[in-house]
Amino acid sequence: MNPGSSLLATIIPLPVLLPLLGAGLTLVLARRPTLQRAVSVTVLSAVVVIAALLLVAAVQSGPIVITVGSWPVPLGITLVVDPLSALMLLTSMSVTLAVLVYAIGQGVYDRDETTPITIFHPTYLVLAAGVANAFLSGDLFNLYVGFEVLLMASYVLLTLGGSRSRVRAGVTYVVVNVVSSLIFLVGIALVYAAVGTLNLAQISVRMGDVSPGTALTIHLVLLTAFGIKAAVFPLSAWLPDSYPTAAAPVTAVFAGLLTKVGVYSIIRMETLVFPDSEATQTILLVAAGLTMLVGALGAVAQADIKRVLSFTLVSHIGYMIFGIALASPLGVAGAVFYVVHHITVQATLFCVVGLIEGVGGSTSVTRLGGLAKASPLLAILWFVPAINLGGIPPLSGFVGKLGLLQAGVADGSTLAWVLVVVAVLTSLLTLYAVTKVWVLAFWRPADQIPVAEVDEPEEPEDPDEEPLDEDTSHPDDVGDSRIGLPRAPTPRSGVLTGVRPGTAQTLADREANTGAEVDWPVARLAPGDSSPVFTGRFLGVAGNRVSRSLPRVMAGATAALVTLGLALTVVAGPLYAVADQAAADLVARTPYVQAVFAQTVDDRVGR
Amino acid sequence: MTSPIVLLALVGVLYTTGVYLILERSLTRVLLGVLVLGNATNVLVVVAGGPAGEAPLVGRAPESAMSDALVQALVLTAIVITLGVTSFLLALIHRTWTLEREDDLTEDVEDRSLRRRLARGEQEDEEELDTTGCENVADTDPDDDDERSTEAGPDPAGDGRRAPAASTTGASGEDAR
Repeated sequence: MNPGSSLLATIIPLPVLLPLLGAGLTLVLARRPTLQRAVSVTVLSAVVVIAALLLVAAVQSGPIVITVGSWPVPLGITLVVDPLSALMLLTSMSVTLAVLVYAIGQGVYDRDETTPITIFHPTYLVLAAGVANAFLSGDLFNLYVGFEVLLMASYVLLTLGGSRSRVRAGVTYVVVNVVSSLIFLVGIALVYAAVGTLNLAQISVRMGDVSPGTALTIHLVLLTAFGIKAAVFPLSAWLPDSYPTAAAPVTAVFAGLLTKVGVYSIIRMETLVFPDSEATQTILLVAAGLTMLVGALGAVAQADIKRVLSFTLVSHIGYMIFGIALASPLGVAGAVFYVVHHITVQATLFCVVGLIEGVGGSTSVTRLGGLAKASPLLAILWFVPAINLGGIPPLSGFVGKLGLLQAGVADGSTLAWVLVVVAVLTSLLTLYAVTKVWVLAFWRPADQIPVAEVDEPEEPEDPDEEPLDEDTSHPDDVGDSRIGLPRAPTPRSGVLTGVRPGTAQTLADREANTGAEVDWPVARLAPGDSSPVFTGRFLGVAGNRVSRSLPRVMAGATAALVTLGLALTVVAGPLYAVADQAAADLVARTPYVQAVFAQTVDDRVGR
Repeated sequence: MTSPIVLLALVGVLYTTGVYLILERSLTRVLLGVLVLGNATNVLVVVAGGPAGEAPLVGRAPESAMSDALVQALVLTAIVITLGVTSFLLALIHRTWTLEREDDLTEDVEDRSLRRRLARGEQEDEEELDTTGCENVADTDPDDDDERSTEAGPDPAGDGRRAPAASTTGASGEDAR
């Protein structure tokens, strides 16, 4: 190995190490919010730079390997950077950084600076460390640890504030993910029993000697575990159920990263460890088709924008699985490009939904209207990533889909053709779902929002309030819940308008149900008045004095993400070349394996 | 090579029990199910390390008689992770209990909305599906909220008054205690 690459190798652990150290530091700085924010932004910026360096190095000189603590390969932990993992790392960390800035803008983690709900930053950085560890890991157990680290952080972020709906969603999310982690652990046990090692490169060499039946069993166990994490169709029901309840930046980063770590693991398994498995390729193709269709149909059926996007998230996982299942360099390259595109665009859309919620006071298309007039900037921010997701040329979504369709056609089998048709259909359905949102929420004149909404908001929440009435008869317990647990961080509004959100159900607000009282999440008509009143927390204090400005930091971060998505289109050529190279390396397998084993020889010579 | 039938049978029994428990509606049983499944998996990992042997300390036994130390390290890590997850789940269950006064998995809002929609034969249900995550904040501490609404409402300066607002809410917490 030349000195340059060994120097580069020493920075490989930094994307894991820096966020972890940063997490500790932000925890110490819990009472200094400004410093805390500075630390997180600095750390993630540094990681983005390092990831970019690693990508350049990996593309130029092939996979780079470091053995942590200089233990010889099969014994120690190896971290491997090949074009795939470097590309994933760069994309995910860029999005993580942008969403962090967005979150700082929203102040979601910290309703007011004197109450210590300051766990957002440390947890967020731990999440980033877990994601980086999963992408860099060169052995199966370290991948498991990476998963656990990011999942543990995601449990905390999802239930941030502990409101009723988030706890309900959190329980489902935690139990489903714990089960998938246990299945993963079973897979690890089976792999170890079969081949006696957990190093991915070594497994890939030895797996050839295992009897086909055993190998298939192990393969299916691991696929089930990753399939749950990646939300592939029969295992995807948990996702639209749990993601929409979280805070906007949390959902954005989850949508961008977590499922993609699962997809990344599937890519690794399919290409490196189990390269020629006809049976599972067929299973994956069928699952990919169903994921696309079921997800897209779900998206069409939903009225709430967050749920629409959660379903498109599931649906588009199908595209990546489609590419992986084809197992050709073309297919894998398409999948890799699509992952990069989808991380960016999906995170962007969820960020925009956070802005929509702020402006319109709701995320349901049945209650929104006239947003294009209220905030033209917001309309642009939604429109560009939305049609990108739908696959309108020349945007990156189109490029990715085209690549996958070409790979499907090149494959030529009947099932691949069926998948091509399904992929086109899904693309149309996605376009329909996002344009439905566009037409209803942005283009529909505000005075056409159904008037039936006026008195509706009071009724449906009633079932939820019954437990409250019970609670008040146990004053002690109410006191407990109040003191013992941190209150939900209602998103801070004071920054913008001085109006407090999140009080939709308080009695005071109901009495003042005049449209002048800012309320959430209701965009309602003022009684006796046919003109609608926007009641989102970004807009005017009295509802009739509509301020047109979006919060600068949030809009800026979202605009940066939109620009990143557009940049993917501009650099689609070189990016696709990188994806092609990554795919060629993956399908060939030898560069990865050789790089890892070269390390062993080096070390033994050095001793 | 002999198969450790007893341990494998134990793993089987534990998985059966765990799957049964985790499918229950009561969250406490789900938690127990997670624990049982976790332990079953840990035993499975140990079994994957081969037959039991001497303690793997160099010099205490010939290398061929040692048991595999790696799987034990893996299991140790897995146990720690399970402990963390368990404590988090316990916290969630406790929170569910303080909010709902019950231990069952609560009904999905989406389910309820869909059922109502079907019953009425309507296309769209007007119920706002709660995705803000904030709807019940007011429910958990109504006093507190009223207090803030009265003082935050007319205050145009937002940030300027944050600190006093926090101190009053803190005080009301003390009173309740």
